[in-house]
Amino acid sequence: MTLPDQLPPYAAMLGLRQQGGALVMPYDVSLIGSPGRLHGGSVAGLMEIAGNLAVRAALAGVSAQVKPINVTVDYLREGALEDTFAEAFLMRIGRRVANVRVEAWQSDRNRPIAAARMNLLIVRQTAA
Amino acid sequence: MSADLTPEQRMTRYVDRAMAAVPHLQALGIRFRAMGADWAELEMPYAPQLVAYPETGVIASGAVFSLMDSAAGFSVLVKLGRFEHHATLDLRCDYLRPAEPGKTVIGRVECYKISRSVAFVRGIAHDGEPDHPIAHITGTFMLMTKPAGTSA
Repeated sequence: MTLPDQLPPYAAMLGLRQQGGALVMPYDVSLIGSPGRLHGGSVAGLMEIAGNLAVRAALAGVSAQVKPINVTVDYLREGALEDTFAEAFLMRIGRRVANVRVEAWQSDRNRPIAAARMNLLIVRQTAA
Repeated sequence: MSADLTPEQRMTRYVDRAMAAVPHLQALGIRFRAMGADWAELEMPYAPQLVAYPETGVIASGAVFSLMDSAAGFSVLVKLGRFEHHATLDLRCDYLRPAEPGKTVIGRVECYKISRSVAFVRGIAHDGEPDHPIAHITGTFMLMTKPAGTSA
């Protein structure tokens, strides 16, 4: 997985960085939902981008668009006001669909704060 | 003065202020739109910081997810009729089509059932025509305390 040099605006707003195989969303006041915890939507946004990038990485060299079909997020623990990490695991990459699992955690990798399942559509460009 | 406002306008102003205090809603530009007995509607005007695909100007699905999560949580409070600490347990979002660049996205969510400790929600996001939605969601929320008057 590689984060593009020039981040799209939404990913830039979340302040995303790459750290090894994980995507990092550094803590920022703008990510807060209710007092003392992150907005679940910001964590979902981080996880969706991690899943999308993992599929793009697996398709390196292939000319294709990757579009989200759906995402299901299970919130396991409150998001504390700390840096959040996400890592995506490809369950399967087919010709048209990728099935991905994403985990998000904070200070303790073994205590995930959220888990997501994503299905993404792969639209391969056929040579003209 | 506030004496000139209808109860509905007063409610709208109160909710607007409460939402303006939520930093992530501010960052995304999400605002209150409407509410009923068991539903709530929020809106997210098109804004440059929401864009995920600069080539087309299409906004991030994650921003739509945030809108729907917020509208869903709000619908739970509306159905309860009071503030109660709640947390999203799970939320599934189907992305039916991309939001049209330039258009405000509206999220309308209904809380169709509340049991002793769980609230169930469903809703759609659209950009002007509810019959032509851009996303569909279902989810559940955990209530931190038992609502009065429920038996389930």
